[in-house]
Amino acid sequence: MKLLVLAETPQTLTFAQQWAAATGGSFLLLSTEAVTAEALVAVMKSEGCDSLAGASTSLGRDTLPRAAALLNLPMLSDVLSVEAHDGRLVFTRPMYAGNVLARVRTIGDVGVYSVRSAAFGMPTPGAPEPMMAILSTPVPIAGYEVLRLDAPEQKRPELTQARVVVSGGRPTRDAATFEKLIGGLADALGGAAGATRAAVDAEIAPNELQVGQTGKVVAPELYIAAGISGSIQHLAGMKDSKVIVAINTDPDAPIFEVADYGLVADIHQAIPELIGKL
Amino acid sequence: MTILVPIKRVPDPYEKIRVSSEGMLDLDDLKWVINPFDEIALEEAVRQREGGADVQIITVSIGGPECVEQLRTSLAMGADRAILVETEASLEPVSVARLLQAVFVREEATLVLMGKQAIDDDYNQTGQMLAALLGVPQATFASQLTLEPGHAVVVREVDAGRETVRVTLPAVVTVDLRLNEPRYVALPAIIKARSKPLEQLMATELGGALETRIEVVELLAPPTRKAGRKVASVDALLLALREEARVL
Repeated sequence: MKLLVLAETPQTLTFAQQWAAATGGSFLLLSTEAVTAEALVAVMKSEGCDSLAGASTSLGRDTLPRAAALLNLPMLSDVLSVEAHDGRLVFTRPMYAGNVLARVRTIGDVGVYSVRSAAFGMPTPGAPEPMMAILSTPVPIAGYEVLRLDAPEQKRPELTQARVVVSGGRPTRDAATFEKLIGGLADALGGAAGATRAAVDAEIAPNELQVGQTGKVVAPELYIAAGISGSIQHLAGMKDSKVIVAINTDPDAPIFEVADYGLVADIHQAIPELIGKL
Repeated sequence: MTILVPIKRVPDPYEKIRVSSEGMLDLDDLKWVINPFDEIALEEAVRQREGGADVQIITVSIGGPECVEQLRTSLAMGADRAILVETEASLEPVSVARLLQAVFVREEATLVLMGKQAIDDDYNQTGQMLAALLGVPQATFASQLTLEPGHAVVVREVDAGRETVRVTLPAVVTVDLRLNEPRYVALPAIIKARSKPLEQLMATELGGALETRIEVVELLAPPTRKAGRKVASVDALLLALREEARVL
């Protein structure tokens, strides 16, 4: 068996190592440069691969399902684990905003897999290594043209890779206050800033910071939820964090049910104090 | 032009879905709605028409007869007609894409506007697969849509920020949360929309084998977090994070 890995995050390599250990197969890495679904299909065919994996990022979510349909392979989204069981490959993936975990397998043990980076650690040195790393030849999609990318420069660690994430909700009020409180605390901890859907909808925070069921899924060492009530959709994006801290004025906010440490306080007072004492 | 808007019937997003101790989904007594992302897609189609675009809007749902409820709502929201593709089978994304492909061809549609994912199975695959099967470009995760003659300009929400792309039509556009806020539809409007055409056909009539390639071994409840504790002050919080959790 041979797996092609679109190597966007280090955790995708970890998945590949676990896949190789479970199947006895080999894998090769493809750089994300100029990748389209059509380019993935071309490499799959030229390299004789029977399965394909990539990170569950906007690139992976966009290209992998299209490649799966072109390759006529079943696809599993947001894979959380892979293991061998009774001679078959069994994967775990979330449904219903993470309230249900499905253990699934595919016909013939082949497929296309988008991997949730937050569910996998860093790759093991010396574990199954990729056969090789390759560059794909650009294969443009007819009728598709990128006009512009508005990507603000990131001065903080990438959300899904950060050791600490500080997220803010609607009570951060406006973009300047969000930056001062959430950005300030994130900087004091060397972490990334995140936001709820409500904060992004209200244009308090940019869309690339959204944590949740349909945004980014994170599992840092420390997650600080500031002024976040804890909707099912937000919890789906952060409840696997190692340590969760919640700061909220409402003592009955559902976020406290998943928090290791809860502080009933106004973020406008508590966070400046926290920054000052770090 | 004809815009096809696929509509999936899903449990209300505010419902908390649980797995029973027998490993079954407990879906009794739930409120069912149009998948919120599909609702945004439909709202967008209606707004394009209200903005002067010459469009016919067809909604399509695949599933049991109960999906008629969501299709009626879609007609009340502004769809011109609705199609129920009836099947009792639990379909994988690619099978849904194949059925939608058949409907797209049958209706000579130009644009598919649909949710980027369904909030039940959370797959986020069907739109991309449909585009692949139709051999047309896709613009996923749209937060802005401008229709121009022969193409669509779409602002996409991507991990790095916002990307603007242009796709030639026909195309598949999957929509994200911030494209619009769907209108509220009152019950009288749903009753009034009963005069709009709602066609029912069997999935088998559309042809194509709908094979099962993903097999569910079991469903599990996710591990629950141990209840934490409240701390009284910022100082107590810092002490706990330093001495107990050792994350600072």
